[in-house]
Amino acid sequence: MSDANKEALEPITGIESPVYLDYNFTAGQATARFLTKVKEGKLVGQRCPSCRNVYIPPRGACAACGVATNEEVELPHKATVQSFTIVYIPIPGNPIKPPYVIANLVVDGANISFLHLLSECKNEDVRIGMRVEAKWKDPSEWGFAMENIQYFAPIDEPDVPAEEIGRLKDA
Amino acid sequence: MRDIAIVSFVQSDCVRDAGARNEVELIMPVVRKVLDNVGLESAQNVDFTCSGSCDYLQGAAFAFVLGVDALGAVPPIKESHVEMDAAWALYEAVLKIQSGQAESALLYGFGKSSPGELPIVLSQQLDPYYLAPLWLDTVSSAALQARAMLDSGEITEREMAEVVARSRKNAKSNPHAQLKGDVSADELLNEPTYLSPLRKHDCCPVSDGACAMVIATVEQAKKWGKPYAVLKGIDHRIESAHFGARDLTKSPSTEAAAKAAGVANGPIDIAEIYAPFSHQEIILKKALGLGDDTVINPSGGVLAGNLMMASGLSRIGEVAMRIINGECKRGVAHATSGHALQQNLVAVLEGA
Repeated sequence: MSDANKEALEPITGIESPVYLDYNFTAGQATARFLTKVKEGKLVGQRCPSCRNVYIPPRGACAACGVATNEEVELPHKATVQSFTIVYIPIPGNPIKPPYVIANLVVDGANISFLHLLSECKNEDVRIGMRVEAKWKDPSEWGFAMENIQYFAPIDEPDVPAEEIGRLKDA
Repeated sequence: MRDIAIVSFVQSDCVRDAGARNEVELIMPVVRKVLDNVGLESAQNVDFTCSGSCDYLQGAAFAFVLGVDALGAVPPIKESHVEMDAAWALYEAVLKIQSGQAESALLYGFGKSSPGELPIVLSQQLDPYYLAPLWLDTVSSAALQARAMLDSGEITEREMAEVVARSRKNAKSNPHAQLKGDVSADELLNEPTYLSPLRKHDCCPVSDGACAMVIATVEQAKKWGKPYAVLKGIDHRIESAHFGARDLTKSPSTEAAAKAAGVANGPIDIAEIYAPFSHQEIILKKALGLGDDTVINPSGGVLAGNLMMASGLSRIGEVAMRIINGECKRGVAHATSGHALQQNLVAVLEGA
């Protein structure tokens, strides 16, 4: 075998083919309305005209009924822990030092949960049904993002039974 | 083969920029309307739902999953998706019905192309080793094809301009069209070239929008008591991803699909052809074996508005609605995918 052939048989294990695509992000009309209110320090969900469930953050449709959710509902800043996890692994780029708590929270009056941080408590005290409240950053730092809320912190209210979290009161 | 009925079809307007609307907000209005036309409440009332879209268009990962929010999919439905034009979602649904797993299906396609630079985004449809790294965009590959057509004497620039003039004229009666009006071939030929030999008007516009369709077995359509068109044949074929391996002046995949779908089994009154570039309509008309007695693209076709991932299903829907409305008896619809007509689908529709 000639040297040239030996060279041709060198395994090629990869090629570089970077992809750069630029996009103008659009959040959606419903999400844009929600984010505009978050920038004002308000949590505004949307109610399904059919099943009456309230969604936050809203995406403009009730996923269960497949109908538009046009009615807006301003919600309080208190919530209940539906589920949680304690993160022990450092995540690159994340300024929060582990271990910390990420919780699935259902805001009062809403019927679906969203994820946020939980703080001002011992990690081992966090439990399902625990009552918490949003701690907002200084208004000067508010943007179109859920990070306007720095974290949720426990409040002195009785726990909510797990089966009642996020359920419609009259259902 | 069970005959399949196309019962309802709805398309949104083709708009250059749908603004803040997300996938759900594009899909929901057409899905709502197409279900209302049949008297169905939600996707729960059909046996199968299939969609066509491509997340690269709007640059939103899993937009196709989020789109399911528009359907009312609680409790869970039987649902599928093709990362292609929704004409291929129709093909999947046809197989589902033919194999006895469904009696009815909801199909939809949506495209929000305005957030990105569409021809560049579509360069990523090419093979990842040789062509995609060159960033060959869809207008450039179409220009290569047009150059080959002109050079071989298959077409003239005037014939290309005439295709555009007819599209603009036909689109005047299409409320969803983006580009329409009276313009002569002479006026068009006076325009400068854009990517030689293509002029801007030889290229379809970039559009945002969606479409939806309900199909069923003929028995189910009769139970619903709605008028319908019958899908008599459907087939799709693909050619090499390498331009060098193809004769770009011809479309053998369309020819093969047309033969398998049974285009030649009777006279064709109308044809809706998915030709994103003017010269491609001429290639496709020939490949489909259509004569001058067939009305081509009565809607104006995609030169009047091109909903990526939905225009193919729209071609089939356009023909179906014209048959249902009694405008014609037998028609052919064509959908394409990929660069320079790489993959082609042909459907033959007849009256009930």
